[in-house]
Formats: sequence, C-alpha cells, structure tokens
Amino acid sequence: MGLVGHVTTAANKPGTFLRTWNFSDLPPEQRAAVYRESRRPDGSLLREYEIYAVDREIEIAPGLFFPAWTYNGQVPGPTIRATEGDRIRVTFKNAGAHPHSMHFHGWHPPEMDGALPGQEVEPGATFVYEFDADPFGLHLYHCHTVPLKRHIHKGLYGAFIVDPRRGRPPADEMVMVMNGFDTNFDSENEVYAVNTIANAYMQEPIRVEVGRLVRIYLVNVTEFDPLNSLHLHGMFFDVFRTGTQLSPSERSDTLMLCQGERAIIETTFRYPGNFMFHAHQSEFAELGWMGLFRAQPPRDT
Amino acid sequence: MTAMRWALLIAPLVMIASLLTWIVTSHPERAVGGDDRPPVERLTFQRVVLEPGAIVATILNDGPDRVAIAQVQVDDAFWTFESDRGQSLGHLRETTLRIPYPWVEGEAHVVRVLTSTGASFEHEIAVALETPIVSFRQAATFALIGLYVGVLPVAIGLMWFPFLRRLSRRGMDFLLALTIGLLAFLLVDGAHEGLESAGELPSSLQGTALFIAAGAAAFIGLEALGARLHRRSTPAAGTVLALLVAIGIGVHNFGEGLAIGSAFVLGQATLGTLLIVGFTLHNTTEGLAIVAPLARAGDRVPLRLLAQLGAIGGLPTIAGAWVGGFVYSPVWAVVFLGVGVGAIAQVVVQIGRQVGRATSAPALASGPVLSGLVAGFAVMYVTGMLVG
Repeated sequence: MGLVGHVTTAANKPGTFLRTWNFSDLPPEQRAAVYRESRRPDGSLLREYEIYAVDREIEIAPGLFFPAWTYNGQVPGPTIRATEGDRIRVTFKNAGAHPHSMHFHGWHPPEMDGALPGQEVEPGATFVYEFDADPFGLHLYHCHTVPLKRHIHKGLYGAFIVDPRRGRPPADEMVMVMNGFDTNFDSENEVYAVNTIANAYMQEPIRVEVGRLVRIYLVNVTEFDPLNSLHLHGMFFDVFRTGTQLSPSERSDTLMLCQGERAIIETTFRYPGNFMFHAHQSEFAELGWMGLFRAQPPRDT
Repeated sequence: MTAMRWALLIAPLVMIASLLTWIVTSHPERAVGGDDRPPVERLTFQRVVLEPGAIVATILNDGPDRVAIAQVQVDDAFWTFESDRGQSLGHLRETTLRIPYPWVEGEAHVVRVLTSTGASFEHEIAVALETPIVSFRQAATFALIGLYVGVLPVAIGLMWFPFLRRLSRRGMDFLLALTIGLLAFLLVDGAHEGLESAGELPSSLQGTALFIAAGAAAFIGLEALGARLHRRSTPAAGTVLALLVAIGIGVHNFGEGLAIGSAFVLGQATLGTLLIVGFTLHNTTEGLAIVAPLARAGDRVPLRLLAQLGAIGGLPTIAGAWVGGFVYSPVWAVVFLGVGVGAIAQVVVQIGRQVGRATSAPALASGPVLSGLVAGFAVMYVTGMLVG
C-alpha cells in the first residue's frame, strides 16, 4: 500500500506548519509585513494580521495537484493564535477570482461574522475584521461564502487558538487540521490528510521526546464526510473538547470529531520508537490520513 | 504525366501543408479556449491481468492532451505501483502499471488511476480470477471447450444429411428458409455484440467504423470467392454454396470462441454447464445450415467433403478460444466480430439467391418458406436463451 514518490512543491511544509502560529516561521522583517503586536493600556495585546485570499495550485500527494483557493497561498491557512482578551484585527484582501470571506468561530458582533448576506468580500476588495479573542479554547476560521461546501473544501480554512490568560502547562505543541480533497469534484474526497499532504508524516515522522508533555490542537474541517477521527497507537491521551475547559473531559486513544469540531489532546510518550496515528475510518487512513510519531529518549541537559 | 499535371497534383498538397504549419505555429484554437484551458484527459484500461498478489493494468491515453498518472488507488486505498513505460503519456501512448495488491479470488475490486490534475479513471474487476498464462494445460482446456461448443455440435448437425436427401421439394424449401432464419439470427446477434464491443473501444480507435469496414471487407471477399468458385464450376453449385456457408459459420464461430476465451480470462462470465449446453444446442443448428444446400442440390457428397465442411465450420471455435484467452485485444475482437457478421450476411444473400432462382416469386412467399424463416429464427432465439 501507500503512495509513489514524494511531494516536491509543498506550499507549506507539513513539518513547519505543525509548529507555526502567527507566522513564527518567517524572518522578522517578512513577518512584520503580515503580523504585528502592540501592547494595549490594559496589558493585553492588539494583534494585527494581513490575510489575503489567492487561487493557487497545490500538491496534495506526490504528483497530484489540486486547484485550491487559499489564505496566504497555503492550505490550511496560517494559524492565528492569541491570548484571551487580546484584540484581533485582520485586514483581509481578496486577491482571488471569486468573492470570499473570513468567518471566525468565537464571540463577535454580527458585523464581524463574515457569513451574513452582503458580507462577502468581492475580488479586489478589502475588509477589516476586528473582535476580542474570546473564549479561550481551540477554534477555527473559514470562508463562509456560498456555495459553502466548495468554498471550504477548496482550502479556505485555518486554526484559531485562544490561550487562557494564565496559560497552559509547558508542552511540545502542534497544530493538526484534518482535511480532505475532492480532486475530481464528485462530492467525495479522493485524498485525506492532516495538514493537507497525504501521508506526509508517514514519510517524515513527527519527532517527539519521551517523557515530555505533547499538546495537539486538532481541528476537523473535512468536507463531505460528516465525521473524522484520530487514533493513536500504543498510548492514551487526555481530551479537552473545544479546549474551553482546563480539566480534561475524557481519556481515550480514539477521538471522533464532527465537521467543524475540534479538541485539544495531551499525552506523554512513555516508550521510544514509532507510534502510528491515523483516522480510525480505515478508508480515510488508506487514502492518506496516516502518520507516525518518532519518540526519542530525552536529551541530557 | 507531364510537368503540368504533376504541378496540379502537388499544388493543393503544398497548400494543406502550409495551412497545417500555420495552425501549429500560431495556435488559432487559443482564441477560443484561452491559454489556460484545462487539459482534456481521457485514459482507458486496455487490459487488466491478475497475477498472484498483483494487478497488472495496461492504460492508454485516449485523449488529445498529455496525461500524467500521479497515483493509483485500489478499493479506495492508495497503492504503490511500477510503470514500464513511465507515468506521463502522450496521445495514444500506453503504459503498464504493476500494482502489488493482495486481491481476493472470487471477489470484486476497483482500480482507480488519479492523474496529476486529480481526474480519476476507474476499472471494475467484477470477479477476480487469476489470468491464465499460456500453457499446454490451459491450451488443452480451451481446445476442449471449443470442441464441445463448436466442433462436435456442427459435426452432429451434419449427420442430418442422409435424412435431408430424402425430403420432398416442399421440405427442401422449408429447410433452406430455415437456414436463412438461423443465419439471420446470428447476423443480428453478431452485429449487436460487435457494436457493443465497438462502443467500449477508446474513442480515437473509432470502433463502429472499424466494425463496419471489417464486415464489408468480409462480405466482398466472400462474394469474390464465391464468384470464382462458380466460374471454375468444377465443384457443383450445391457444394460451392455449402462451402461458403461453412466459411461464414466458421468465421462466426471464431468470434464466438474469442468471446468465450476472453470472458473466461476477464472473469466476466463463469463458464457454467448451462452455458456450454446452450452453445452446444445453438451450434448444432449450424451443421444443419451447412448441409442444407448440398441436400437441395442433390449432389453426390463423399464423406470426406462432409468432414472438411464440418472442420471449416467448427474448428475456428478452438482457435478463437485460444486467441481470446491468451492474447485478447478489444480492437481485434471488434475486427473479428465484424468479419463474422460480414461473412454471415454474404451467406444469407447467397442462399437467398438460390432459393429465389429455384422458385418463382409467389412461391417465395409460400407456406414452407415463410414457416422455415420463422422456425429458423425461433430455434436460435430459444437456444440462445440458454446462453443468455
């Protein structure tokens, strides 16, 4: 089983995307062009983002290209991360060929919803979304222009993390967005993945450290299939549904999420070696949604 | 030819060459489709072979544009594969993909090819069976099947000959009409099958035109052969007609063998007892068709001639089963079905002429002739139900 060859033209490298938020992968001057923070009188931050929608062909499996609609040229879009009470200001420019929008999950007034009639941003136009980061938890943003199914599955979505004021325990954190691609437009996905590229973490395992807390921000934006899931081999994890509580709601090795649902999961690797993770829908697993963690003994400091 | 004539011949050729050059260099089609029109992708599965632990699929690019095969899925799972002639195919180029998939005998599988643009092309294996490799044992099996469904029934049908010789004039009319009825059925049957197969060919191979051309060629070829044999007039008219009927039926049976062999190989049909019984009954009537013209002419018929006619009519079934089983190609299947239909059509015309010559026009609409036609068609229809 498996894929033939390697993806050579990834828009966002799966290994980099995993541990990047607020454009933390960019050099300072490039980063300043798309992300700025400034302190507000009450001590919270104003976080300003430059997001643009653009049509771009992306490689989703070796040699297989998808005509995507993207935020900032990448699928999933850039992960936006703030602390509870921060002010978010997103300047959204539509450089695509169709009307688009940004619809954030979280508290916001209707004017900032991006989904109501008349809130589409026409090609070439700009709109500024501004609201407070609230509540803390794991959320998402996506285009809410009709036809909705197409605007979402074409690639217009991303993770939106709001940290609690007092923070969470230090951990090795990573973002996983479960997604799918309908390459022949028959309303069924031909390719499934976390973070877009089929089997990417199978070919390049995610390196983690034995004994160190691992926190996964898991978002499901799979279209067409009502459910997706994550199953981790050889271990269990704590589940924080939607991330809105600080104590776990359950402990499991398999977690099922509906379309648009998300959860924070925490675990600590006990043994070194390879640990498989994949959707427990076998079909999704064999169509690309499968990866490996490679746990290494802790480094001596 | 004079220089002037040459010039007149060549001038239009020069003009068409320059027109083509202009089209290729200036791309007038871009004004219609735009520069970034999506490519037209069309892949067809030419042949799918099942080996132990592997599916081997030959894929043809039937579309105008270059197509790159990106990945392969079997039963909704990405699967590794190797290609012998690369994954990027130009117009009418083919490649063979070897997919190490643990297929399950007797169950169904779906092979799907994804191109670089995400378009998908599927082939369903309805019943997975290992594809026979050319071996003495396999060849013997096909020969045995051919013997049952082709050679023996035709030979048994021939054995009505002594009875037919004792028939009255009206009985003879009935018999020849019966033969026409039988053959007319085969004509319809073969045409249906041929056109169906033609429709499944990659569209650039223009299956229907190929089928009709093969049929027409067979018709004209047999017509010429018949005329030649009649001119030489050493064999009697009845013998010539019987020979032509035998050839027509032989070609038809080759196509039938081809269908049996390939169905066996492609796992599309299980060759059950009922199917063999059906073909056997169906083909017994073909022997009758061969000897009817001999009986009517009242020629002296040596046993050797009967044996030869039987061989011409029946043996091609075995050859067909071999070809269908070992080197099946959809294109050749269409050609052979076309040849079979053309040959049968020619034989119908020949017998029709003979009946017409021997009887006056009102007699052609006589009771024996009409009931013979209906009976011939009905016999084939009913025995054909068994083959269904």
